[in-house]
Amino acid sequence: MVEEKQSPFLKYLREDRLPHIFCPGCGNGMVMNAFFKALEGTDIDFDNIAMVSGIGCSSRIPGYVKCDSLHTTHGRALPFATGLKVGNPDLDVIVFTGDGDGASIGGNHLIHAARRNINLTVICVNNNIYGMTGGQISPTSPKGSYATTAPYGSKDVPFNLSELVVAAGASYVARWTSTNPLQLVNSIKKGLNTNGFAFIEVVTQCPTYYGRKNKMKTATSMFEYLKENSINKRKADKMTPEEIEDKIIIGEFINRQEPEFTDNVQKLDEETSKKPYKKRTAYEEL
Amino acid sequence: MIYINSKLCKGCDICIITCPKDVFEKSKEKNSKDVYLPFPKNEEKCNVCGLCELSCPDQAIAVDKKED
Amino acid sequence: MSEEYFLLGNEACAKGAIYAGCRFFAGYPITPSTEIAEALARELPKVDGAFVQMEDEIASAGALVGASWSGAKSMTATSGPGISLMQENIGYAFITETPIVIINVQRGSPSTGQPTMSSQSDMMQVRWGSHGDYEPIALAPSSVQEFFDFTIEAFNLAEKYRCPVFVMSDEAVGHMREKMSIPNDINVQTRQMPEESPEDYLPFKAPENGTPKMPAFGDGYNVAITGLTHDEKGYPDTNNPKTHSQLVKRLCDKILKNREDIVSFKEEDCDDADLIVITYGSPYRSAKTAVNQAREEGLKVGSLKINTPWPFPDEELEKIAKQADDLLVLEQNLGQMVHEVERVAKSDANVHLFGKIGGELHKPDEILTKIKEIKGV
Repeated sequence: MVEEKQSPFLKYLREDRLPHIFCPGCGNGMVMNAFFKALEGTDIDFDNIAMVSGIGCSSRIPGYVKCDSLHTTHGRALPFATGLKVGNPDLDVIVFTGDGDGASIGGNHLIHAARRNINLTVICVNNNIYGMTGGQISPTSPKGSYATTAPYGSKDVPFNLSELVVAAGASYVARWTSTNPLQLVNSIKKGLNTNGFAFIEVVTQCPTYYGRKNKMKTATSMFEYLKENSINKRKADKMTPEEIEDKIIIGEFINRQEPEFTDNVQKLDEETSKKPYKKRTAYEEL
Repeated sequence: MIYINSKLCKGCDICIITCPKDVFEKSKEKNSKDVYLPFPKNEEKCNVCGLCELSCPDQAIAVDKKED
Repeated sequence: MSEEYFLLGNEACAKGAIYAGCRFFAGYPITPSTEIAEALARELPKVDGAFVQMEDEIASAGALVGASWSGAKSMTATSGPGISLMQENIGYAFITETPIVIINVQRGSPSTGQPTMSSQSDMMQVRWGSHGDYEPIALAPSSVQEFFDFTIEAFNLAEKYRCPVFVMSDEAVGHMREKMSIPNDINVQTRQMPEESPEDYLPFKAPENGTPKMPAFGDGYNVAITGLTHDEKGYPDTNNPKTHSQLVKRLCDKILKNREDIVSFKEEDCDDADLIVITYGSPYRSAKTAVNQAREEGLKVGSLKINTPWPFPDEELEKIAKQADDLLVLEQNLGQMVHEVERVAKSDANVHLFGKIGGELHKPDEILTKIKEIKGV
């Protein structure tokens, strides 16, 4: 064992900020790696990416990456990303969000961004808990799971985020878990290459809060739980609701081509002024 | 060759359970950062799948790729 | 020869925005500001800009910040309830030093209140509405011409000081129709790129009492922007009392120490006045008539019209408080800016408030009656 060679993903990170704040065994770190690997598999230039996030543990990811990033307000990453992407449609904009940030306070923005089919790649790290604030229940927490604000177990039916986003109009939607890194890489790649709203949900482990509250104190025990409870969509589609209750359905949910929002902005500009949308105009004398 | 970065590793053991070839084992002793580092005990079994490198939450593993 | 138009206040505002270089609008319809959004929906595509109707005001404010960092001058238009919703993202724009312009066409409040009636309900809301210490810039137009001029000025100030700037109109000005002209030479401040290379650039390091230069995303500067307390690199540094106090004080000082450059007001007949009528926004129109009438009757009355309620023109108020015995503040609320006048002038002059709510403008004869009451004539 020699400490010479570095992980191939470190070159993308702001080394003066490492080690990062994520707990030992947190799912965020692998999601970052999967993103970089996926990016390498596309023609996208790393220097052309911009990241936007809200508030939460996964929203801290962009701050560690050597790119332009906007760490915004809780639940509001998508509107900020919309302004950024419409303002400069040439940027490759990636959004990191979580189950609380994206589906609770951010739910409305999620459905509208999907409805607009704006070309963003949204990676939603769903750990079924509010980790940053100490382990409160989330709209995606499984029924019966425990959290600090559900000390008697959650009685609510959780959101099915991927289905929600498909219904809202997204072009590409997929769900994987921390235990499917290669499929995750592939889906992120597809999402990056999609000219439309791409939503990749990753169900991950939060050993510190979800794990400890639900009798899975270690990352490894949570890994086992995720592996045992995932069923591929193709298989799940043929099963009964009882058989798939509480299971994590993984796979691709939709992959379609629809008109994209910023393309429509361009087209409208060309139709009205005969010229395309012009970016970076704040710096110009008009 | 498998490299473990002891400055970044937080001792989560994900590499140990992710490896399909059981290459890793957990150290019996803590390092100065109170972490039980993994070490590639069975490195000869490594088939360079890269899953440990990809799955490490702390970017603490590097694996020499196969020569093309 | 300058172009002349007969326009709705809101339309003049939209025109001013285009002249100022605004090429991104994100907003949500709300009476009495909607005509601004509608005008820009028509005009922005003609100048290669973008108009987006967002799902709500919170999203609109967020989109403005994102668009600003893409390199576009961005704006929204709303009213009291919309400002209430936007406060969190407004605070974000302050701490990240993002230039954005927010037009507030004020209406009867609180709550849904009187959507189609005039008021000046939000003066304190724009000053203190978001959490924390910050210094907003706000301009208050009194006419259609000023709504055009002040909108351009708002963009210039937003670029110069890298902060949100509010144009505090009211329904009266937003919905009145008047003649306005477009000056031949309009001063428009363009954004400046940083001089340093990306390797040397520190996004939040500013010259003394100044503002750092702002690159756009995609220019290679790799700026990390966050609403958390941050150091000069932009990295979060929340547990450090020194970092926080230095940052927040710098953000406040960049406005307070440049008051002279920002503050604007119009003094009329104040030199020998023993009573000065203080207004901002639409009440000025009636005040001017009342002051003229008072003068005709031999009363020594003057007028101070404040164009920039924020930052408050402390120096000017100190000066006139020493000149006059009485200051009469006219507002379309139950007393908001009057507290600022009192703060500065209380020890040197008597401060009176004639606050009128309900949507009807102050009438000149009502004001004259008040003036005479104060003077005891």
